[in-house]
Amino acid sequence: MIRLYDWELSVNCYKQRLLMALLEVPYEIVPVDFFPGWEHKSPEFGRINPLGHIPVLDDDGFIVRDANAILVYLATRYDPTRTWYPVADPELLALTAQWLMFSEGTTNTASAARLHDGLGYDFDVEACRAGAHRLFRVLDEHLWFGEREGRHWVCPSPHPTIADLAIFPDVALSEEGGISRVDYPAVRRWMDRVRHLPGFVGMPGISPPLATSPPSVG
Amino acid sequence: MEQSTESDICTDPVIRDQWYPLRALAELPEGATHHTRLLGVPVSCGVTRGRPWARTESAPGDGGTGALPVIDTYGYLWTSLGEPPPGVFEIPEYTEPDRRSMNAGSFIVATSAPRAVENFLDMGHFPYVHTGYLGIEPHTEVNPYDVEIIDGEIWATRCEFFQPMAAATATGGQMSKYTYRVPSPFAVMLYKSSPVDPERRDVIALLLQPMGHEQVVAHNFLCLLDDVNSDAEIKRFQQIIFAQDKPILENQIPRRLPLDPRAETPIRADHTSIVYRRHLRELGVNYGVVPA
Repeated sequence: MIRLYDWELSVNCYKQRLLMALLEVPYEIVPVDFFPGWEHKSPEFGRINPLGHIPVLDDDGFIVRDANAILVYLATRYDPTRTWYPVADPELLALTAQWLMFSEGTTNTASAARLHDGLGYDFDVEACRAGAHRLFRVLDEHLWFGEREGRHWVCPSPHPTIADLAIFPDVALSEEGGISRVDYPAVRRWMDRVRHLPGFVGMPGISPPLATSPPSVG
Repeated sequence: MEQSTESDICTDPVIRDQWYPLRALAELPEGATHHTRLLGVPVSCGVTRGRPWARTESAPGDGGTGALPVIDTYGYLWTSLGEPPPGVFEIPEYTEPDRRSMNAGSFIVATSAPRAVENFLDMGHFPYVHTGYLGIEPHTEVNPYDVEIIDGEIWATRCEFFQPMAAATATGGQMSKYTYRVPSPFAVMLYKSSPVDPERRDVIALLLQPMGHEQVVAHNFLCLLDDVNSDAEIKRFQQIIFAQDKPILENQIPRRLPLDPRAETPIRADHTSIVYRRHLRELGVNYGVVPA
């Protein structure tokens, strides 16, 4: 059985829960008192992850940490269609890795601003917000041109990749960090497409779509 | 943290004289200093050689710093900017030996303290905001209940609501019986039938630390009957509930609570909120509200 060391309000943990829901992979949650208990910094948790971070995934004794590494593992092991992490296509795989790296940026800016505003983390929030807007502009332009070319995901594939899931919650919760998405219409349409993926699950602050609303395209 | 402005300074005596929690003691390691704001005033607090303390830092329009009164109770460090009563309001359940008491999390929310109180008092939003936990369609009806003011506190009794997962201990749906209590203008509590012992009640409080008119720290205090779940599991449940409310609170316009009875159209289910707004009017509260 897969066990996910998880905090419900963490974007990086949610990325794993979302992928496992989309892949219909059963798993157990091990709740970590990340806030306010700082359990991830405890000596006990240090034996699971010496870096003191969540998420951590334990798949029958195989332990992997770091959000993007866990996404790579889950998609490679549990997606028989090989579309979520397209290992057979060198160019598509490289672009997936490129946009996974991009998600490090959205996490360190947009989601950092959210931790500042909601939990009082001591970050330079104006720098976080400015950095997030720079990345959102790049993403919006990329997605806008993609729509013109018939590409609906961040990578040039007819299927979403783990890069979409790695970026999605940082963007979807940005308003909790004081970052408006009003100037990014293509990003909003892309978020709507992610929310309409079959099997999609939300988290507090990210709702699944109403059953009747159609996804927006192009 | 946003800088406070002079306009966030509170001049209401009734609000300045209350006790407010600044930090859960479990989150204040010996020697650490926590910097925050209370009613527009930068304050800091800590525990030094086992003794809790709080003081003002240099405030706009003030410039002075000074020691503040401190109480250590219910697991929090409390302070006041005015002349507070001898003690914080009573929570007798806190001393019952088989209860689990903890701070489930202190979240900063871009809303006013009265808006947060009113949202906590509202059962009508359960099926829509806390779907699958505190409510579920088609069980949307709020039955009539009683509201009265006893010794300056608002009490709403005979409240009940169908809840598919009322607490971390729940194993199925239940008709939860609630009592709501507003023991001070910016603190709100509920007593709710426990899934593990129908004769006793879980106690949950939302203790608001107003940082400014439109920004609060919401301290989630729990005093529960639960010998099954870990602290992490208990906190997780409460945090999911609170995090579902947070975006709703932050998107309410205006962020301050309108006290004019004609400002927002109430329905029967809002009986407690009507009494709460009237109570704030009668106390002469101007902080975090749009005065009538």
